[in-house]
Amino acid sequence: MAGILDYTIFSLCFVGIYGLLALGLNVQWGMTGLFNIGVAAFFAIGAYTSGILTTPPSEAHWGGFGLPVPVGLLGAMAASAVLAVLVGLVTLNLRADYLAIATIGIAEIIRLVMKTETSVTGGVRGMPDVPRPLTWIEGVSFELTFLILIAAVVAVVYLVLEVARRAAWGRVLRSIRENEPSALAAGKNVLAFRIQAFVVGSAVMGLAGGLYAHFISFISPEAFKPMLATFLVWVMLIAGGSGNNKGALLGALVIWGIWSASEMVTGLLPGALATQAGAVRILLIGVLLEIILVTRPEGMLSEAGERLRGIRKESRRDHQG
Amino acid sequence: MTEFLQLTVYGIVLGSIVSLGAIGLSLIYGILRFPHFAHGDYATLGAYLTLAVVQGVSVSTLVALPVGLVGTALAAIAIDQMLYRRLRRVAPVILLIASVGVALILRSLIQIIWGPSNQVYETGITMPYRVGGVNVSPDHIVIFLGALVLMVALHLFLQKTKMGKAMRAMSDNADLAQVTGIRVNTVIIWTWIIGGGLAAASGIFLGMDTRLHPVMGWRVLLPVFAAAILGGIGRPYGAVVGGLIIGLAQEYSTVAIPPSYKPAVAFAIMVVMLVVRPTGLFAGRKA
Repeated sequence: MAGILDYTIFSLCFVGIYGLLALGLNVQWGMTGLFNIGVAAFFAIGAYTSGILTTPPSEAHWGGFGLPVPVGLLGAMAASAVLAVLVGLVTLNLRADYLAIATIGIAEIIRLVMKTETSVTGGVRGMPDVPRPLTWIEGVSFELTFLILIAAVVAVVYLVLEVARRAAWGRVLRSIRENEPSALAAGKNVLAFRIQAFVVGSAVMGLAGGLYAHFISFISPEAFKPMLATFLVWVMLIAGGSGNNKGALLGALVIWGIWSASEMVTGLLPGALATQAGAVRILLIGVLLEIILVTRPEGMLSEAGERLRGIRKESRRDHQG
Repeated sequence: MTEFLQLTVYGIVLGSIVSLGAIGLSLIYGILRFPHFAHGDYATLGAYLTLAVVQGVSVSTLVALPVGLVGTALAAIAIDQMLYRRLRRVAPVILLIASVGVALILRSLIQIIWGPSNQVYETGITMPYRVGGVNVSPDHIVIFLGALVLMVALHLFLQKTKMGKAMRAMSDNADLAQVTGIRVNTVIIWTWIIGGGLAAASGIFLGMDTRLHPVMGWRVLLPVFAAAILGGIGRPYGAVVGGLIIGLAQEYSTVAIPPSYKPAVAFAIMVVMLVVRPTGLFAGRKA
């Protein structure tokens, strides 16, 4: 029984990390229509930055600054944001599909740097001893402490993004997504808003990366199978309902559940196929994505549905008042 | 000087491989209006289908090659009719997402069927020819000539046949092409035949030049995109030039920077092109 509870807590921590990634992607794709397939790159930059800032001195890689974890997480967000500004300035006034191609290039180069620049990242041997936060709290397991921490972070990010979505800023982003010329005609600086959305989303992904590093305490290029992480986040957002922050979180929960369940199912495969379990799981998730795209492209919690509920609530209030 | 010539040989071989992929990508991008992210994995599929024939009936790679081309073209048509066709009414970026899914599905299927390790078509060492201090292996010549034959055939198809002209018209201006009574679905099917077949050829040649691996196609996708953008979207001739430039640039770059950064070179060229001249060298569709 205790084992199941531990596993659930451990899984929920991952749901939180992936939930942050999905929220970040929702700012970029869901709200603004920016196509980022380099999610893993921003995630990895965040993880390594936080790792370099907080690890004790080491011969094997850069860093050894031994700074507190919150500084590392802020650094992770900052580094991810800087990368986003650089990518954004070059590609964001181009079409959405060109941004997609550019972000895949970024992801590939970050992957190469992680593997090749051994003196910076520790190369394939990875970066051990990333400090775990809040270990001084006694009486509860680290996983549970971390789950509470990550739940708090997710709640804050969700609330901030939800306020931003309802504010004028969010409306401008949606108008750019729906009809760029009309946003331009309304006097909006489209490029500036796009860069803002791209940077905000990427900073959230960087934060997720930093949290991941401090949770697992070890990072290596293997942890960032670029297409797998990116692809899972995309499936989460689309399944949950892109454009809808609640949907992004729900998608993270459901898809992570399916992803974990698929591990149990593939564990039952006969010997020869068992070694291919990873491939079978990716195959299943891929097919699931195509089914969602064909049958219910708006996701479980659609953006339009959210807006309808908002309108109904307002009209009820008007009737009562 | 010898080193320069040697790198030129490698660059032309790599350029031929990249060009074959870029032609199809560019045509699909021009006609169906979405960047086909599964294109690299179509190349992998072609390479492995050919491997199956080479191992199954023990013939040489070149004899098995047509099977790989046809098989991949058929798979491309099947995927289009089953999946992409249903999504054509919605925004092109949905097709983009769908193609990323197809890429992962194909790759994992290939890994399940043929295993995750490296494989080769023919074992044993073939002695390279030495021409003025430069090594040229027989495979290099086969790849270059094979690519040349396919490109000439494509040129004749695009210029001389009615379907080729219809494809170029669709790529230039889809609305105008439809008004003249071009059957869109037929053109799309032919686009997949050519795109899938050429992608398979590039995968097979890549497998001859190096090794077969389930992610081999994904690894060349970035250079292939760079070549297509460099040549101009929807411009098959531009894609050939773009492919050669990318191939040569990647090989020459190894003089100055570690070879593992080769894809970064293609990416850098692509970014510069997107900034300076987003329509590409041959004035394709504007970005």
